[in-house]
Amino acid sequence: MTISVRPEAGAPREYRFPRFERRTLGNGMGVIVAPVTKLPVVTILAIIDAGGTSDASGKEGVASLTAEAMREGTTHRNGLELAMEFEKLGTSLEAGADWDSSVMSMTVLSENLAEALALFGEVLTAPAFLATDIDRLRAERLAERLQIQSEPRALADESFARFIYSPGSRYSEPLGGGTESVSSITSEDVNAFYRSNYSPDAVTLILVGDISVERAATLVEGVAGSWEGQRIAVHAPVDERARTGRALLLVPKADAAQSELRIGHVGVKRTHPDYFRIVVMNAVLGGLFSSRINLNLREAHGYTYGASSYYDWRRDAGPFVISTAVQSEVTAEAIRETLSEIDRMRSEEIPEDELTLATNYLDGVFPIRYETTSAIASALAGMVIFGLPADYYDTYRQEVRAVSTTDVLSAAKNYVNADGLQVLVVGDAAIVREPLESLGIGPATPVEMSE
Amino acid sequence: MQIPIEKFRLDNGLFVTLSEDRTAPIVAVNLWYHVGSANERPGRTGFAHLFEHMLFQGSKNVGANEHFELIQRAGGTLNGSTWLERTNYFETVPSNQLALALWLEADRMGALIPAMTQKKLDTQRDVVKNERRWSVDNQPYGTWWEKLPELAFPERHPFHHSLIGSMEHLSEASLADVEEFFETYYTPDNAVLSIAGDFDSAVARELVSKYFGPIPSGKGKPPLPAMDLPLTFGESPRLVVEDDVSLARIYMAFRSPVFGSDEYYAASVCGAILGMRRGSRLYRALVRERQVAADVSAFTFDLSKGSDLLIVDVTARPETTPDQLEAETGREIDVMFADGITPAELQRAVALVQTDMITSMQSASERADKLSMFATYFGNPDLVNEQAKKYRAVTVEQVNDFIRARLGKDNRAVLLYVPKSGAGVPAEKEGELAEVAAS
Repeated sequence: MTISVRPEAGAPREYRFPRFERRTLGNGMGVIVAPVTKLPVVTILAIIDAGGTSDASGKEGVASLTAEAMREGTTHRNGLELAMEFEKLGTSLEAGADWDSSVMSMTVLSENLAEALALFGEVLTAPAFLATDIDRLRAERLAERLQIQSEPRALADESFARFIYSPGSRYSEPLGGGTESVSSITSEDVNAFYRSNYSPDAVTLILVGDISVERAATLVEGVAGSWEGQRIAVHAPVDERARTGRALLLVPKADAAQSELRIGHVGVKRTHPDYFRIVVMNAVLGGLFSSRINLNLREAHGYTYGASSYYDWRRDAGPFVISTAVQSEVTAEAIRETLSEIDRMRSEEIPEDELTLATNYLDGVFPIRYETTSAIASALAGMVIFGLPADYYDTYRQEVRAVSTTDVLSAAKNYVNADGLQVLVVGDAAIVREPLESLGIGPATPVEMSE
Repeated sequence: MQIPIEKFRLDNGLFVTLSEDRTAPIVAVNLWYHVGSANERPGRTGFAHLFEHMLFQGSKNVGANEHFELIQRAGGTLNGSTWLERTNYFETVPSNQLALALWLEADRMGALIPAMTQKKLDTQRDVVKNERRWSVDNQPYGTWWEKLPELAFPERHPFHHSLIGSMEHLSEASLADVEEFFETYYTPDNAVLSIAGDFDSAVARELVSKYFGPIPSGKGKPPLPAMDLPLTFGESPRLVVEDDVSLARIYMAFRSPVFGSDEYYAASVCGAILGMRRGSRLYRALVRERQVAADVSAFTFDLSKGSDLLIVDVTARPETTPDQLEAETGREIDVMFADGITPAELQRAVALVQTDMITSMQSASERADKLSMFATYFGNPDLVNEQAKKYRAVTVEQVNDFIRARLGKDNRAVLLYVPKSGAGVPAEKEGELAEVAAS
């Protein structure tokens, strides 16, 4: 009734990442334009070279708040008027901060581009930062902080950062700041952050879509060419680890339906020379559905809906995390299985067909990642922030294919630190405490994370 | 913005839609089976979704989890999802792998049962139970998408019961159920196959015939019970849930015209006016001006049978009591009920919806899914190309007619989440980690 013979693949068609051109305006602002004319849409994205790592000590969260406050009005119109002007054009401005950068972006029909870009330029160059708006944003952020306490997933992510980084490292605190630091942020702080960090030489404006390079350059010059400013970089220590040996932490959540697990340690920086080897190794370990950790915990044992591993790539060393949520009763078993997968990964070279699963996937999926103007713009933003070479997206696939099984083994040995694994559990202490202690990693005294 | 559409039906009833686009060397394959939680029999809630998991456990010529592995190895992305009215399966692959994607889908449509074992069922049952824990039980407000349909649809109505299912019913699901469900619902005459992206039409037709042609049609499925409902609740269904949440949240649902009907577009526009983005009524009044809410949104379930639901959800700020939250939300609806909307509000809503629609059509997977949807619900994939026109044709009068008919006090179901007594009080200082001894 069905055909038993598996079909062969046809001849692959060539794909290249879209062509783009980079320019610099007279005031130092970068512009990147990638004409992509499939549909009449344009994504406009401004990437600002300042994010959470630029927060002053005690003011963690100011980069995030400033990015959000950019949407709240300019010297010409208030926040409501601004929102209505954008939405009349069928678009809306998104803004937020990441660790190394802040981003403002929107996607608009090309027929509305000139008007939308004019507003965008106004926002970028003349935000108002009224105290009443900052007060409201701060209150919204504090409401979010409260929510996190009752959300085991977010609680686990935050607690893990606090656990693995030393106090005083920026990465130990949440990106958007903690309750104390956010409560202390004033509109003067936001103004000061903007003045010190948002300046033409710290900004690249990226346009992707139904637009020519020349028209984009002209429009951008028109809306931001006369903007002036001077950036003053601030950098606190960001990625120091809390300790060198293994450790375990239990954050209690009474009656939790599952245990949220985070296992890992401080990772490596994005610009590490072994980046591609680590990416391929991670895909095999826990990055794909058919990865070792997922197949073990989910498909072989049924412990979880999903388990994965990832390196959080930042300019400095973001966390390496194995993340899953498991039925409370099997918490210790799930941790044991994860540790055994790590040991296996670090002691035996992977078979060739596991390697090719990862490299074929990363190679083949490449064009699927860049179907939309928004995805292309984000990719270009990443190139800017990490200082990647202009041909990065043209050489990506060959870099992946060049990774060997020997490379994967040495990446696992060097960058998965078995002796320094940190294990965090957010779960029901009544059920998990004893089994966790029996793992022999450390005591499982429940420690409340009040915030 | 029009996409090219070809359509045909195989002798076994499989409806096929093709939409070529050679821009990028990728192709999306999408399958809708016209079965969902609505078709579950009593005592088997969650079965349609559990069955979806089984579809990835292999078929006659495919090993357990091999579907995932083969597609990923081919450089593709994939998933499936279960809803009240339908179950879909989709993959996007490099275009030279079209045959693989079609062969895999045909193998499990035609010959799933030889690969089904008790062990696989037991494992997927555990996986689904964990999915339930992860997305419903261990998440603040996680039960809303069970409790709201329970509140908004009468007890025997096919949309009333839980999509993900109860732990007890999941425990009772058997291999015999799997076989029966497959034979009844997973047949070519109950399915739509859509292909969008880089392919040659003649080649695609040949592949579809080769792989799906031999599969026999089904014996027909039992009809759903009567789905029609009165236009309004006629009363005020209400449920208050004390939950492990820090902020109160209200879900207010209104019976609304079914997806795809002429009246639906006015309802959808009304939702955009009420709660889409920051220029919306609720955002302006509750988040920005009165600052009683931390967040708002409005959306429709897009149900095509019986009745749709327009839903508004508002999350309180810490100082806002549940009573205030309910009163303030209700008042904004009352204002809209009394005054209707303005032309500027209509223009804004339609502009936002249009941009979103066109932007989303960049994705081959999205195009294929929409084609399958319109083919499944209405037998007409060409409706994809008419959506923009339908939204542009909505008038202020039509929206106001909808508001008068459906936003009155006789058509509001309220689901209110409140923090457990004593919870939700802001803590006073930052937590510190106790020193943990390393081993």
